[in-house]
Amino acid sequence: MPFSDLINRFFGKEQPQPQNSPSKNVAKERLQLVLVHDRSDVSEKMMENLREDLIAVINKYMEIDQKSLDVSFSREDGAVALIANIPIVRIKR
Amino acid sequence: MGEVLVITSGKGGVGKTTTTANIGTGLALMGKKVVMLDTDIGLRNLDVVLGLENRIVYDLVDVVWGNCRLKQALIKDKRFENMFLLPAAQTKDKTAITASQMRELCANLQEEFDYVIIDCPAGIEHGFKNAIAGAKQAIVVTTPEVSAVRDADRIIGLLEAAGLKAPKLIINRIRSRMVQAGDMMSIEDIMDILAVDLLGIVPDDDFIVVSTNRGEPAVLDERSLAGQAYRNISKRIMGEEIPLLNIQEKTGFWQKIRQAFGNR
Repeated sequence: MPFSDLINRFFGKEQPQPQNSPSKNVAKERLQLVLVHDRSDVSEKMMENLREDLIAVINKYMEIDQKSLDVSFSREDGAVALIANIPIVRIKR
Repeated sequence: MGEVLVITSGKGGVGKTTTTANIGTGLALMGKKVVMLDTDIGLRNLDVVLGLENRIVYDLVDVVWGNCRLKQALIKDKRFENMFLLPAAQTKDKTAITASQMRELCANLQEEFDYVIIDCPAGIEHGFKNAIAGAKQAIVVTTPEVSAVRDADRIIGLLEAAGLKAPKLIINRIRSRMVQAGDMMSIEDIMDILAVDLLGIVPDDDFIVVSTNRGEPAVLDERSLAGQAYRNISKRIMGEEIPLLNIQEKTGFWQKIRQAFGNR
């Protein structure tokens, strides 16, 4: 036990909890994500239109599984991203 | 012509009324002629925070409905000659007045006072719309919590949509020890998220509870750190350039010893 720990014990100071990420980072990330939705006022209708347009464009080049297509917002590396998961059935030649 | 400022937040309980009372009193302390308007009809509280609850005869609704003259409803503060309160009605609701009536009232008060400070109710409905109707500038109060910052963001959008450009932000109840430990969002974290200018920061201060108990705004107390924060904010509203308050808690004797042994 290092000497500083002894001193801390003596003064009754709690040991710092080992944590992966301070809770304020969690707060900030959650806020940024929720604000993307709040700010853009993204309606269900708009997301649906986006989905349909995406399908129309991609369909020109490849056959996709339209039922499993998923479009959503996500946070990646400090920025907000639009993530589209589009399973491909077959490439058109 | 005076300035008309609305103090708003969206979320309840972040300190709108306390902020209004302290900014209003702070400006009066600097010699400005100030009137504070409580627009939280049905849930008035600015009167008790200012310690003026025993003097109310007429209220804002009485003025708007023509039951009394404006001068009759204005309550002169017991500490400052140049500070007045126009209380909200307690027995009516938010629909008792309209936005155009508020605009007219603010225009009249603006003629008479250097600063008209409007305490806005929580929410984004009728009461909020009335409160901002006559204002030319807005101050948004938030605390370093997810829910308060989210609501502040929403309110900023609504204010800008209503033509109140460039609202200014006050971050209230900052606990520097928690910020240092990484368990509370810092000023920088919040400023990263909200696209507005910072008007001031206020530390979480037990003295605010004491001052509310007594009906004496903290801005009048020389020793209170929150009081100092509100004096700074009042000066900034008057156009002075004042650096942000250092709200780090003073380190005690034992803490210094601990630090000397390499533990912060």
